[in-house]
Amino acid sequence: MNAGDTAFVLVCAALVLLMTPALAFFYGGMVRRKNVLSMLMQCMFIVCLVSVQWVAYGYSLSFGSGSGFIGGLQWAGLGGVDGAPYAFYSATIPHQAFMIFQAMFAIITPALIIGAFAERMKFSAFAIFMLLWSTFVYDPIAHWVWGEGGWLRNMGVLDFAGGTVVHINAGVAALVCALMLGKRRGYCGTAAPPHNLPFTVLGAGLLWFGWFGFNSGSALSASGLAATAFVVTNTAAAAAGLAWALMDWIFHEKPTLFGVATGAVAGLVAITPAAGYVTPLASIFIGAIVSVVCWLAITKLKSRLGYDDTLDAFGVHGIGGIWGALATGLFATRAVNDAGGDGLFRDNPAQLLTQGIAVGATIAYSAVATFVILKVIDAIVGLRVSEREEAIGLDLTQHREAGYTVLE
Amino acid sequence: MKLIVAIIQPQKLDEVKAALYAADVNLITVSEVLGHGRQKGVTEVYRGVKETGNLLRKVRLEIAVNDSFVEPTINAIVKGARTGELGDGKIFVLPLERVVRIRTGEEGSEAIG
Repeated sequence: MNAGDTAFVLVCAALVLLMTPALAFFYGGMVRRKNVLSMLMQCMFIVCLVSVQWVAYGYSLSFGSGSGFIGGLQWAGLGGVDGAPYAFYSATIPHQAFMIFQAMFAIITPALIIGAFAERMKFSAFAIFMLLWSTFVYDPIAHWVWGEGGWLRNMGVLDFAGGTVVHINAGVAALVCALMLGKRRGYCGTAAPPHNLPFTVLGAGLLWFGWFGFNSGSALSASGLAATAFVVTNTAAAAAGLAWALMDWIFHEKPTLFGVATGAVAGLVAITPAAGYVTPLASIFIGAIVSVVCWLAITKLKSRLGYDDTLDAFGVHGIGGIWGALATGLFATRAVNDAGGDGLFRDNPAQLLTQGIAVGATIAYSAVATFVILKVIDAIVGLRVSEREEAIGLDLTQHREAGYTVLE
Repeated sequence: MKLIVAIIQPQKLDEVKAALYAADVNLITVSEVLGHGRQKGVTEVYRGVKETGNLLRKVRLEIAVNDSFVEPTINAIVKGARTGELGDGKIFVLPLERVVRIRTGEEGSEAIG
């Protein structure tokens, strides 16, 4: 066991935990005032729910060896998971350090989805959905890509920190949620302005900070690889923020703060699968392109197709994740990480195909499983709040709390 | 001249504005208020302790109009704001004594024409 690696991974786990409250403010600032607490509540609730689920059985299903599709329950309740390393995942850090680091990924992934059904989902339906989704969608896909015996892992997929497991997975689920919950009342393609953009930027800044834990922590070592992952993470985010500002400036007259914040997050999404495999120059390209693609998806595709993915969970995480996972197949090079692979630009087209299979499988499974879960919940408790509740706002109707006092 | 004060549901504001513009009423002031009529509010609870304010957010419009515009303005507001549910709001018509346009010093009907 290595003290440096252990300290690093534990600190990174804390950084990744911070990303969920950060996401809460990122989203919270974008919704109308009457729904700000609902975004914060959903995120905090997920932190609690998935933390317990992970210890109870989630970690075992995701990372325990079982079949190619799903792990076993040998580690339920973390039996057998202790302070000694588990060599398959890392020989230099305690097994529990690896487990708790992964827990933070399991927490933030479902939290990404809430942007799609913001301002209209019933809290009881949301709570049940998150438990079922973590168990039946996140845990299997995490197993496929990262788990011992996972079929995509065995196929040689390169997904350093979760382009498929986290972003495509959550992004596609978000799209399904948006379609199944339907549009907000009064939504006709026009914006309800973000009620607190300062919150959104605060959230984006903390997400960027935490993402260093997300990506360089995935090196599972305090090493050169952690450093290179850190560098490409920052560079991709920066390139993406610039690119989005430019798109706004050219096509909408002025660069916007909302755009820079969104662009930076998109860049972080795209570099996530690639962080341990690409060069800094490649990361500039990956970040710049993701902003172009997501900008088009959000400003053109969404209004043209008419779906209400309220906070662009699919537009940023789904689309950004797909680009990132495929870009990994283009730019990966063993020169950066000998244990990784080479991509198309290193004369290895096979990797791109492997990435494509992973992307396709994730999209297909996430979409179908999310759909089934929502149908079940709709039959039991119903998905949406009533019209009157939606008009008054979720904070008062679902939680009997107000985010801001007006008269005291 | 009259001052029309209307209290409406916040989510109806866009429709009310559209109806007003269509009726050629373009000078309005909008503010945010709290209130309730017979529509019941929501009791807030913080760590088990109830807050009894019970007030809901509303939007207040103030429109200064010449007499000939009173009916069209009322009709436009009703058209935009009515849902048929409790909480649709109220319209008050107050007499308006004097109006001054600050930029030019015009007074009376021309100032709100």
